[in-house]
Amino acid sequence: MLLDVKNIDVLYDDFQVIWDISINVNNAEMVALLGPNGSGKSTILNTISNLVHHRNGSIHFENTLISEIPTYKRTALGISHVLERRRVFPHLTVMQNLLLGAWHPRAKKELNNSLSKIYKIFPKLEIRSNQLARTMSGGEQQMLAIARGMMGLPKLLMIDEPFLGLSPMVMKDLIKIFKNIVNEGISILFVEQNVRLALSMADRGYVLESGRLVIEGKSNDLIDNEKVTKVFLGN
Amino acid sequence: MTSEIILQAIVTGLMMGLIYALIAAGLSLIFGLMDIVNFAHGEHLMLSMFSSFWLWSLFGLDPIFSIPITILLMAFCGVITHYFLIRYILKAKMLIQICATFGLSIFIRSIAQLLWTPDFRNVDKPLLEGRLEIGSVFIGQPQLIASLVCLVAFIGLYLFVTKTETGLALQATAQDRHAAEILGIPSNKMFAIGWAIGLGCVGVAGGMMANYFFIFTDVGINFALFAFVAVALGGFGSIIGCLYAGIIIGLVESLGGLLIDPSFKLLYVFVIYLLVVIYRPQGLFGRY
Repeated sequence: MLLDVKNIDVLYDDFQVIWDISINVNNAEMVALLGPNGSGKSTILNTISNLVHHRNGSIHFENTLISEIPTYKRTALGISHVLERRRVFPHLTVMQNLLLGAWHPRAKKELNNSLSKIYKIFPKLEIRSNQLARTMSGGEQQMLAIARGMMGLPKLLMIDEPFLGLSPMVMKDLIKIFKNIVNEGISILFVEQNVRLALSMADRGYVLESGRLVIEGKSNDLIDNEKVTKVFLGN
Repeated sequence: MTSEIILQAIVTGLMMGLIYALIAAGLSLIFGLMDIVNFAHGEHLMLSMFSSFWLWSLFGLDPIFSIPITILLMAFCGVITHYFLIRYILKAKMLIQICATFGLSIFIRSIAQLLWTPDFRNVDKPLLEGRLEIGSVFIGQPQLIASLVCLVAFIGLYLFVTKTETGLALQATAQDRHAAEILGIPSNKMFAIGWAIGLGCVGVAGGMMANYFFIFTDVGINFALFAFVAVALGGFGSIIGCLYAGIIIGLVESLGGLLIDPSFKLLYVFVIYLLVVIYRPQGLFGRY
């Protein structure tokens, strides 16, 4: 098992937002975190990155306990996190953004390899490599954010709302790219609000509501599940 | 009034402006990196002048030779400031941050007065002395060297921030701390580096000014005010903006003093500041 999150609670000050949640991700697997607004999906990714600390429970990555490891050391372990709303460095060029993605020594050694690989997946980034990131469209910025995450040579790529604000055309491209990434043996854990879209891509899904796990399972089993529809449509 | 006098004022203003620019660059770097205004910037300048003074007075080191030591001391002072004070207030409310660095300024000044008394001091017979006469313009040698050293330091700072890997990481941290951290860039370390470089800049300026300026515990106040004006004028977070702003301030100060009345020197600078705040609040090169 690549990632194993066991029974974690998360509190913002005294306000509990995550209640006793367990999720796991296997090698080369695409897993979706689903749930309406404010259900705690992003918080879970942020907890796995240790941007937010968890109480109780544990987080293991490749069978090592990582709960106490600071955020900046996690890329070296093989966890890349693409934050919500892309968060590229707006005043740096595309190239500089990508360079910063390969920060730990192992990734730096592979820099040229990774770059040519990335440019093959996202040809637009090569054309625009000297352009400031803020001058690119939302879709291009999302590509850049994902590419920057890939530069860290992750085993687990976590992506927060990858399709937010993208046109259907770009979305289609991105879905294909995700499939290729998983085929290369990298696992993807992503957050999405569009249940049908997410379950059509992912191998498995977890459905959250107000910080609690409602149901989990294979995508095919979830897609027409009553409980899932209930969470998203209300009673 | 002859053109020679005006030329003299321009040269004097330019030389002062380059020093203002470097002091402001240190302030701007720290602000851009972590959104904290170092209200103790003037006191740090005072410390670096005293460092230069004591190295001369106790060990007989001329300010021109003690510059590297002063820079290292100030960089170390920056790291300590970050470690013992700033890192605790990073997430605090703005008012708390202001009080913290403002409090630090009062603390440093009071300690300095306690230890060194408020007397005026100066370095007697430094190696850099005298003046050059080019045409009809007089250029003080220590002033000239000081401004050139500051210019070189400024260019070095600019190249460091824009061309090196660490500089890139500093910029990334400044633009989005969490996004940088998630890529593996430890922001606490970057902040410490930012403080070291920011106060290192002040070390260069203070160390060079010790050659010809009176050294006393309140010396930093006006320089800090000018640095704030320069940062606002150049644009918050823009290092290159500080260079232009510093020069503009130097010129306004000396030409205003010459053409209108020298007793209102500070006024002209602050009028410029007000105009910028009203008509171009993002500054000349600002992103915000």
